[in-house]
Amino acid sequence: MQRKFTLGLASGLLATLLSVSSSSYAQNATDDIAKYREMIADGNPSELYEAAGEELWKKSAGPKNANLEKCDLGLGPGVVKGAAAQLPRYFKDTNKVQDLESRLMTCMQKLQGRDPQEMIDAPFQKGPKKDMEAIVAYVVTLSKGDKIKVSTNHPKEKEMYELGKRAFFFEGGPMDFSCASCHGEDGKRIRLQDLPNITTQKGAALGWGYWPAYRVSSGQFWTMQQRLNDCYRQQRFPFPIYASDLTVAISMYMAKNANGGTVETPGLKR
Amino acid sequence: MNMNNMKSLLALGIVAVTAFAMQSSAIAQQANDPKFNKMMKNGFRADGIAGLDRIDQDATQKFCSDPVFANSKQAEKMREQIQKMNMDSIKQPSDGKYIGDWKKGEAIAQSGRGATWTDKADTPIGGGCYNCHQIDKKEISYGTIGPSLTGYGQLRGYSQEVVTYTWNRINNSKAYNACSNMPRFAHFKLLNEQQIQDVMALLLDPASPVNQ
Repeated sequence: MQRKFTLGLASGLLATLLSVSSSSYAQNATDDIAKYREMIADGNPSELYEAAGEELWKKSAGPKNANLEKCDLGLGPGVVKGAAAQLPRYFKDTNKVQDLESRLMTCMQKLQGRDPQEMIDAPFQKGPKKDMEAIVAYVVTLSKGDKIKVSTNHPKEKEMYELGKRAFFFEGGPMDFSCASCHGEDGKRIRLQDLPNITTQKGAALGWGYWPAYRVSSGQFWTMQQRLNDCYRQQRFPFPIYASDLTVAISMYMAKNANGGTVETPGLKR
Repeated sequence: MNMNNMKSLLALGIVAVTAFAMQSSAIAQQANDPKFNKMMKNGFRADGIAGLDRIDQDATQKFCSDPVFANSKQAEKMREQIQKMNMDSIKQPSDGKYIGDWKKGEAIAQSGRGATWTDKADTPIGGGCYNCHQIDKKEISYGTIGPSLTGYGQLRGYSQEVVTYTWNRINNSKAYNACSNMPRFAHFKLLNEQQIQDVMALLLDPASPVNQ
């Protein structure tokens, strides 16, 4: 109760700070968000999602009535601590490179008997995706503070990275945009929003290291898949299919570029 | 060997060299990768107005998707070809009028909406100019991907040369820089002729706040 109250108060303060800053100078918005982050440093609203996610992880569910405690995220069955810091990676059992969300879909299918297609088709923030979002919040919190260390040693990992790099520069749509249109140069902004240069280690760490995140503007916790989805929407592309190889490849490109940076998830975003 | 035979041999030789040169420039550009194509094809679905045809690239988009090659010395000729192709597609205003209403232009410059899968076919598409450019200095929420346009006409003057150049840039920026980050507003019908006249006025009407 106390926590919820503090969070509500902090959100209100941010709204005030942001409305003040829009009539002030451009740099202030960034400063105000930094102030807000500091204010709730020990109380990111993502905590509510994490708690729900931990419960879902341990609770028996699905046609097989099983929990996810034997899920292998790359560090062995049931190891959650540090798992998000080394994803995406190659998994022998699926013979695929998987990101956190596609891997969780595999666990839900194999352990619980859930149909991955239902997860793919569900809209963000609804139905099975709501469970996914909570579980993601739980998993990524247990890598907070770890170094990002994604491997491209396996040939399929290396291949995924190269495919992702190519996808990053792929221009299309009625506005000729690619990911690189906004994220290919240092020190750029859209309106007041700073844009990390994802082709550099520093920029990639700023992007990859802070998502998934709680978005103050929407009052929602967003997974990396949702973040990418909204990028493609604004790129005026067609709808990227949830957990498709395309989305994993782009994630691989970002994550590998970010290697050596720190996992700051769940992040806190505008 | 008579002179005619010599000539045809020479001609054949030139054809062969040209064909080789063309092929090697094709090789220098990103190779066609069936794996990549399959990933892209399987990676998207159509949603509302955002159809799968949006990932069918035209020559300009294909060329610019390989920036290392596109910016190389080797690609200079191709860059010029792409710029010429885009330049040739530009139409000058049908009514001969370049400058519309700067107030309407400001509204178009402010809006970054339209053309996404959450928009309808009749959602007005904005110019999104402030996303990337500083324009009226009173607007502090501006992006920095493109150059500042504050004082545009005041600094450059209002000559026909400046007017035509600006018209062309807004219609199809790729006419000057093959891989410019700026959308081709006329080419993809993002803005109509009248809207472009209005945006022109924002930059080039001496009464526009941009030039105060």
